[in-house]
Amino acid sequence: MEIINLEGAEDTPKIILDKTNKIFEISGRSLPEDSAEFYQPVLEWLAEYAKDSLPETTFDFKLEYFNTASSKLILDVLTALEDIENVIVHWYFYEDDEDMEEAGEEFSELVDVEFELKPY
Amino acid sequence: MKYIYDMHQMMLKNNVILVYEGEFTQEITKSVLAMAERNMDSIGEESGIKRKVFNVMVECLQNIVKHGDDYISGEIKINTAIFMIGKHKDSYIITSGNPIKNEQIDALKSKLDEINSLDKDGLKTLYKDIIKGEVGLTNKGGAGLGFVDMARKSGQKLEYGFESIGNGHSFFALKTTVPRG
Repeated sequence: MEIINLEGAEDTPKIILDKTNKIFEISGRSLPEDSAEFYQPVLEWLAEYAKDSLPETTFDFKLEYFNTASSKLILDVLTALEDIENVIVHWYFYEDDEDMEEAGEEFSELVDVEFELKPY
Repeated sequence: MKYIYDMHQMMLKNNVILVYEGEFTQEITKSVLAMAERNMDSIGEESGIKRKVFNVMVECLQNIVKHGDDYISGEIKINTAIFMIGKHKDSYIITSGNPIKNEQIDALKSKLDEINSLDKDGLKTLYKDIIKGEVGLTNKGGAGLGFVDMARKSGQKLEYGFESIGNGHSFFALKTTVPRG
């Protein structure tokens, strides 16, 4: 499968979707001008991956910040994970960042995917 | 030349650390955010406060960017807006002002009043309802999600006002207070 590897910028997150090396990661800051357009390739990739996924998939979210427009798309990404067998989300947050911790809890309540909240 | 001095005095008196007036774009948003972040870094602001201020600024600025092109009235482009940050001993004050059409006042007012009537848990519920309720994301996004987030992150009521500026438009002013420590 094709690899998605986007370098992060000041308003867009770093994204790696790499089936061969088993890396599934969204990290950094997400406040793109058009979040729907930005996340579209990710959603398409996940739909494709769901058809022939690995026996186990660990998806890492290591976001430092995301805006409200991105939160809807993050929910779409998480919803797309529901169609993948044996998936677990590792939701990282800075130890002192209660808002990011709470965001992880809220997302975990909205989707039917296993979540692990990980302070760092 | 006195207006320069007056402006400077006015900024000092109101503890304004940054003002931007003009057209709002994603590029401008990034620059304003970078300047405000540098300012907070230089005084060693606590990371939790910095994050909250950053949050409120983004929603505030992107609201203006998103709705900026709504307000073109006839020949005169009136999509310029103002954004300010004030730094006080016990809080940061993030303010914005932009023109809106008069017929939008009622909807805005009821959204903001609803948000201001809710407590922490009420805001959380509203936030979740909005993000799961929307199918896809419309160009304009929102449904007040940005306001909900500003209220949640600041933990304060959102203050607002409307000044009539004629031509069927009003100036919408919004003020969010982020407590320090």
